[in-house]
Amino acid sequence: MHKSLKKIDEIRHCRKQDSLKETIIVGMNSCGIAAGAREVYNILEEEIKKGGLDIVLKKSGCLGACYAEPLVEVLAEGMPGIVYCNIDKSNASKIISRHFRSGEILQNNVYSFSEGLSPKKNRRKFIFIKDTDCSSSDKEDEYTELFLQEIIKTESSSMVHAAKTEVISLYNKGIAVKIWPDNIVYAGIKKTDIPRILKKTVEGTQIDSLIHKAGTEKYPQIVMRNCGRVNPEDIEDYIGRGGYTALEKVAGGMTGEEIIKELKVSGIRGRGGGGYPTWQKWQFARDAQGKTKYIICNADEGDPGAYMDRSVLEGDPHSILEGMILAGAATGATKGFVYIRAEYPLAIKRVYRAIEQAEKYGILGKKIFGTHLNFDVEVRLGAGAFVCGEETALIASIEGERGTPRPRPPYPSVKGLWNNPTVINNVETLANIPEIIARGGKWFSSFGTKNSKGTKVFALTGKVRNSGLVEVPMGITLKEIVFNLGGGLGSGKKIKAVQTGGPSGGVIPVKHLDTPVDYDSLHKLGSIMGSGGMIVMDEDDCMVDVSKFYLRFCVDESCGKCVPCRIGGFQLLDILSRITHGKGNDDDIEKIKRISHTLIKASLCGLGQTAPNPVISTLNYFKEEYIEHINKKKCRSGVCHELLDYSIDQNPCRKCDLCARTCPVGAISGNRDEGYKIDPVKCIKCGECFEVCKFGAVIKK
Amino acid sequence: MVKTGELKKIVSKWKDKEGNLIMVFHEIQNRYGYVPRDVSMKLSEMLDVPLARIYEVLTFYNYFDLKPPGKHTISICMGTACYLKGANELLKKFRDLLNVSEGETTQDGLFKLNVVRCLGCCGLAPVVTIDEDVYGKVQKEDIPDILAKYAVKEKNA
Repeated sequence: MHKSLKKIDEIRHCRKQDSLKETIIVGMNSCGIAAGAREVYNILEEEIKKGGLDIVLKKSGCLGACYAEPLVEVLAEGMPGIVYCNIDKSNASKIISRHFRSGEILQNNVYSFSEGLSPKKNRRKFIFIKDTDCSSSDKEDEYTELFLQEIIKTESSSMVHAAKTEVISLYNKGIAVKIWPDNIVYAGIKKTDIPRILKKTVEGTQIDSLIHKAGTEKYPQIVMRNCGRVNPEDIEDYIGRGGYTALEKVAGGMTGEEIIKELKVSGIRGRGGGGYPTWQKWQFARDAQGKTKYIICNADEGDPGAYMDRSVLEGDPHSILEGMILAGAATGATKGFVYIRAEYPLAIKRVYRAIEQAEKYGILGKKIFGTHLNFDVEVRLGAGAFVCGEETALIASIEGERGTPRPRPPYPSVKGLWNNPTVINNVETLANIPEIIARGGKWFSSFGTKNSKGTKVFALTGKVRNSGLVEVPMGITLKEIVFNLGGGLGSGKKIKAVQTGGPSGGVIPVKHLDTPVDYDSLHKLGSIMGSGGMIVMDEDDCMVDVSKFYLRFCVDESCGKCVPCRIGGFQLLDILSRITHGKGNDDDIEKIKRISHTLIKASLCGLGQTAPNPVISTLNYFKEEYIEHINKKKCRSGVCHELLDYSIDQNPCRKCDLCARTCPVGAISGNRDEGYKIDPVKCIKCGECFEVCKFGAVIKK
Repeated sequence: MVKTGELKKIVSKWKDKEGNLIMVFHEIQNRYGYVPRDVSMKLSEMLDVPLARIYEVLTFYNYFDLKPPGKHTISICMGTACYLKGANELLKKFRDLLNVSEGETTQDGLFKLNVVRCLGCCGLAPVVTIDEDVYGKVQKEDIPDILAKYAVKEKNA
């Protein structure tokens, strides 16, 4: 056995021992750090040191639940494994004093729970409670309180404890409870069930009639398998969790053909936007003539509202390196580039570190694992140009040129970087590959739908309650994502649409929320999977304004090389701006359609070809909003300032005079006895009066 | 002042690599906060690349600044999530308070106001960063206090 392989075996063995130790893991991606994770880490470090405790303290990437950061996972003897949410400097030290010392759980901070280290040696049982219905009034607080009261009443606190949890992996089943370590799930329970549930739990028996037999439904985590679990700055952690197993297979004799065959069986398609079968890209590059070939990891994640690539780069960089090395082994390439946007400093730092460590462990470089395989990886930085996400523009940028696209064909697989055959894969695609090779293409293809295999990570944001990253199998419906995983809308307002695919995608109205999420279904609805941005919009969001927002993005980011995109986009934006300013004309909709058509047909690259998508899809599903803006000069969502009318409602008005004094143009007249009114002719619709009124008497509509 | 020695170090690190130009700009901007004109001219000589080509690339990418930055850089995220949650209103407030437009630096050189693409912390939307500090779920009422922190720091310094 080669010495570097031997070392990997030793690491795995050693880590297996470590995984039995009491551990605290702090999620420290940029989002976690922004929410205060570094302070939390420092406090925990000090507490452990002060108490001379034998607890392993680790940093990791992000579990995806951005709304609940900072997240801290705690594994203590005889306790369930708990992921705590919203931990800050005020409660961080309680993890040591309460969780470890007294064996209690911080009741208001449980995000999720797991089996833990040694459930058989449990100090007491735990009942976890969650309201799985998606309404704005959660009842888990009430039920948790009732359980706690019952525990006190029955004097069973030494035997059992109760806490609410954010995640129980069960949806629309009323109040659900799960009992640890018995692994019993009750769903749809009522207040009257509480005493007997408690009694049976203490006795160690169960209530058959209440048991939820289907169990919980956990979604497979493939891309984010290690995020939040491994320390991204420690290669041994990755190896310990089975990392570089796929590469060992290659060292054991798996050929390039065989790797590509596995990918073909898996059915994986590119996760960056286009959805092109990955195996084909690799096959073309393998078949292409040429001594020098390249692998590029496209980490220029520029879609506003999408950050799953950042999360993987920061949380599990080695999975991407392994994916790239496998691509090298399959195609004969010996050099890889990771092209990361400069706006992700932490991701860049962690990728650099991962490369350095991989070189040290003989995983990158010459004769990897004693085979004939050579592979090096270099980092190249983007510089704030969205168009560089397009593969030919990205190549130009790595070559040190302006990032403008070139006509295809020839495709990069045949003629790419410095005219050599080049495979370009997106971060998420590459993160999937080690798992596919390690566990087999067939395993991977068991997830998803007929034409869209595996899972997809979405960045669920906008007006949704639990915004964050969710990894779901393809084919799940939008509704399940928004309401089950996202917890519905936090605003209490009605959902209007879901936007997928960023500036190249489209909006999907409420009536289509039952659509399964896969490449083809989304395409049929006029949207795309794209890189996985999923933005929830409610009644307060104006569809004309949203399409203008996306289009402005594309116009700003157009490189200017081809005429349709450079001029067409600008003109289209001009028309939309006029409409939102109340200066729309009757023939504008016709013009929008014509220009959009030209952009789609005649632009050089994907940026221009897809730029009109948000406009066309909003026009398709929300035409009445456009017509209202144009004909009635009205914006029903109250977003387009210049279409609003301000008035004063005399009832709540206390005649305080504040609005009249604030108005910059003196449009508000009246006095403290008779009240005030706004002159619509003078009013410039700046909204200052609306802002200053303390009584909600200024109305805009 | 630009030190030739420093520049030489940066250039020698990248000189033999293909497609090095953008990486060299990154190192220069990291060092000086922007890419000064005299540096570009020296670079042109050292790398044997026409100045026109240096500027051709430099001006294409938003990330590179040609003017010195303010002491503190304010970045307002205009990703979709932040936009829907009112980033535009924040921008307006910053503009009013600082009396500058986006991309400009205040007269006292204290703040530079930037609008940036998605920062990738959509869970905290709307997000504003000042230098390394991240402010999440910002309300426009919070802005005067946030700015005051930096102004006070300067006064005490």
